[in-house]
Amino acid sequence: MSTATAPAATGGEPLVAYDDATARYDVVIGLEVHVELGTATKMFDGSSTAFGAEPNTQVSPVSLGLPGALPVVNRTAVEHGIRIGLALDCTIAEMCRFARKNYFYPDMPKNFQTSQYDEPIAADGHLDVVLEDGTPWRVEVERAHLEEDTGKSTHVGGATGRIHGADHSLVDYNRAGIPLVEIVTRPVTGAGARAPEVARAYVAALRDLLRALGVSEARMEQGQMRADVNVSLRPSPDAPLGTRTETKNVNSFRSVERAVRYEVSRQAAVLDAGGSVLQETRHWHEDTGITTSGRVKSDADDYRYFPEPDLVPMTPSRAWVEEVRASLPELPVARRARLQAEWGYSDLEMRDVVNAGLLDVISATVAQGASPAAARKWWGGELARTANAREVEVTALPVGPAEVAELAGLVESGRVTDRMAREVLEGVLAGEGTPTEVVTARGLEVVSDESALVTAVDEALAANPDVAEKIRGGKVQAAGAVVGAVMKATRGAADAKRVRELVLERVGGPQA
Amino acid sequence: MSPSADRSSGPQTGADELVRASAADLARRLAAGEVSSEDVVRAHLDRIAAVDGAPGDGRGVAAYLHVSGEEALAAARDVDARRAAGEQLHALAGVPVAVKDVVVTRGTPTTAGSKILEGWVPPYDATLVERLRAAGMPLLGKTNMDEFAMGSSTEHSAYGPSRNPWDTARTPGGSGGGSAAAVAAFEAPLAVGTDTGGSIRQPAAVTGSVGVKPTYGGISRYGLIAMASSLDQAGPCARSVLDAALLHEVMGGHDPRDATSLPDPVGPLAEAARSRDVRGMRVGVVRELTGEGFSSEVMASFRSALDLLADAGAEVVEVSCPTFAHALDAYYLVMPSEASSNLARFDGMRFGLRVEPSEGPVTAERVMAATRGAGFGPEVKRRIILGTYALSAGYYDAYYGSAQKVRTLVQRDFAAAHEQADVLVSPTAPTTAFPLGSRLDDPLAMYAADIATIPANLAGVPGMSLPSGLAADGLPVGFQVMAPARADERLYRLGGALEALLEDRWGGPLLASAPALDTVPARPEVATA
Repeated sequence: MSTATAPAATGGEPLVAYDDATARYDVVIGLEVHVELGTATKMFDGSSTAFGAEPNTQVSPVSLGLPGALPVVNRTAVEHGIRIGLALDCTIAEMCRFARKNYFYPDMPKNFQTSQYDEPIAADGHLDVVLEDGTPWRVEVERAHLEEDTGKSTHVGGATGRIHGADHSLVDYNRAGIPLVEIVTRPVTGAGARAPEVARAYVAALRDLLRALGVSEARMEQGQMRADVNVSLRPSPDAPLGTRTETKNVNSFRSVERAVRYEVSRQAAVLDAGGSVLQETRHWHEDTGITTSGRVKSDADDYRYFPEPDLVPMTPSRAWVEEVRASLPELPVARRARLQAEWGYSDLEMRDVVNAGLLDVISATVAQGASPAAARKWWGGELARTANAREVEVTALPVGPAEVAELAGLVESGRVTDRMAREVLEGVLAGEGTPTEVVTARGLEVVSDESALVTAVDEALAANPDVAEKIRGGKVQAAGAVVGAVMKATRGAADAKRVRELVLERVGGPQA
Repeated sequence: MSPSADRSSGPQTGADELVRASAADLARRLAAGEVSSEDVVRAHLDRIAAVDGAPGDGRGVAAYLHVSGEEALAAARDVDARRAAGEQLHALAGVPVAVKDVVVTRGTPTTAGSKILEGWVPPYDATLVERLRAAGMPLLGKTNMDEFAMGSSTEHSAYGPSRNPWDTARTPGGSGGGSAAAVAAFEAPLAVGTDTGGSIRQPAAVTGSVGVKPTYGGISRYGLIAMASSLDQAGPCARSVLDAALLHEVMGGHDPRDATSLPDPVGPLAEAARSRDVRGMRVGVVRELTGEGFSSEVMASFRSALDLLADAGAEVVEVSCPTFAHALDAYYLVMPSEASSNLARFDGMRFGLRVEPSEGPVTAERVMAATRGAGFGPEVKRRIILGTYALSAGYYDAYYGSAQKVRTLVQRDFAAAHEQADVLVSPTAPTTAFPLGSRLDDPLAMYAADIATIPANLAGVPGMSLPSGLAADGLPVGFQVMAPARADERLYRLGGALEALLEDRWGGPLLASAPALDTVPARPEVATA
């Protein structure tokens, strides 16, 4: 029965094939997502939060934890916390306090982190997400709380950049004290084999929500949003929750999905072998796609939490909370529903557009005057293919909503045919100018000068006297040959339908 | 007779007369142009050179850990120049001040009495120091203290104890013994202290000076090296109630950098100190702070001061605060708990002492351990261990949680007592100054020195100590006044009135009767100033 096999990756542990694992175990996941808030200054002092400055230049006595320095809460950060809580349909606390989480580490200037512990600003909410096939899924949110980030350690001299084997470490305190919101889900049960997909969809939906709220850029690659992924297995959905592992700092949607899959396979192998899963934190390795053991968590972990005596309790007034609620922008789920209705897309079309990440660009294109159908056709078709071929995001192409709307307008007005429009787009992508400029430069305009067209038709008829005869005799389909000749003569710049009408008209046949 | 002739014709030398003058008097004479700030500062530096010695040299008052003579003279000359130019200056401009070494001072070494900060020069000023500088008050130096303000005798200073100017074989109290001794020995007209469980008031009591712990939040804590955040409070040390009020007014008022700072502006404290009227004032004697554990001599001095107040028209009543019996226990849970966390930042990573382990790998964790092992003294370690234990999972509710409940009860006792009395009074300390070394091996006896001062810290209410006289051993006794939160002016009203009544009886300030101090060799930086 055991199907444990050693993975190819170095340092990996025995694994069970994913499908086998999920056939025999129920998967339970939980996600803790840290988000750096996009405030101008830090959580407890006036230091700047701008990304990428010289190390240790964006610090103050407070964020360096110098003797005597005291924290003062950043009101904008609290407001962002309230905004996130409301968007997740949480209850906003009427009174809440910060606590000190005490532990020694060089990147923690005070050797305690000021964090909301048992009194979060927001609790008991949820986020509705949609899986790739359109299945809706509600993820329950236990809490969202405010805290401060740590500094950033760089370990120098080791082979892996990790502390093990390093000969010294550098610490940059620019990040220390940047406001964070940690959003913690309740255990996600019932997803079974789809748990990795749910995890990914949740993190993606959360990212979209945070951006829509304007509280964070939430760039995972810059560490502005970091997911800790909890996974546990149990023999059946009725069994008590199994021992979980916490894979820290997973930094892309895809990695979130992979990390869950990996842990399911790994834990299944441990359980199959009669072992028990260790409660521990694990490191995610992006390159090899595996997790490795980090620090064992045990009851000996004691952060000696107590209420932060340097701060007074926060009591966000109900008036303030309602003011924030009233200022919430349209949230992603509601926006999708509205746009689908406005645009008349089918569920399938909408799902494809969302999955391809085209919602914003289509919306902008429609705003520039294109029809929703045309916008979807161009972005989801030709441009998606081009982006795919170039291996870039569709938004990174040198064509924007304005150009696509212009192109759609040219087709709509009959100035270019669909086939010609593709050639125009090629020119725009090649940097030859706007669609209109490319039409002119390449001479791609539909010939609509009737006299030139009539001359061309007459010339073609004269060259094919037998065709005129056949048409007059009732064989209308014979006109095709003359239409083809005219199109060839005009290098495709004529409207074929109109050419056909002219041919019949000039011959004086039954259709005329 | 002209004022200058009057000054020079006295029995004392000009310099000696300047150091014995009150801050209020110096301020008036500076404003009138009768004396320069440079002269005042120089007189104090001379006095420091004559009597202070240095901590650890076995002689002298040892009130200062660091004397910043050149900086003080430069600041004095700056004030003198601005005054000469006709600039409008603060009332205390040119009056020098000493600052307890637990308060950070930009560019001036700040150690908190600990080896772990030896040589550290802060890059910023505490808010209260900014306010002193803005007022044009030259900083004479940093005063000695128990390490991280943990102690009641300054004997826990890593640099050696301060000595009591009344008897240099005795302690000047603690933790702010340096600030109290500096004013009592005429080495500074004013000094800044901090009071977590009595560290301003108890030293004031045993040195015959005045010390005030304001309402919690009344003076910014920004830049005070924290021991226990919810208890720490800076305040003035002086030789008179009025002088304390003047210094309190300079430092007090809201600070946006301290989230626990009160929004109130500082009240009219000097006015209260000058009012000298206690008629109809209800004075509540706290029964629990006037019985067991308080020496009979201390009690006699206290009762005699009460009689003066009653004769002056105050209504003396007895009040009971039964939960004060648990205050010391609660304090020794809350204070070490917060201290254990506040002192975590002293780890050798960013500032101060750094010690690498003598053998084995040099990892961050091992450097932290070696640094803290070498840098902290035994009393600090004791409190860190106590606090770490009290906050541990499974013990939190029983210890820290219960202690916080006791604080609430202590607050209720204060509130109930204040229904009967406008101010509450007690002796400040159970005994007069104790001999150096007598309690070092008995932490509980040392802790008991703060039995009467701790309740005010737990409740966040203001307290003052002023001298009520000398005991039979010839040593000063302190009289404590406490008031409701934000009613600090009541301390000054009662204190100012009582001081005037007592000085009438004594024929002048109590400190004028302190014995003369031996001249000792000066420390190098003072000798050259």
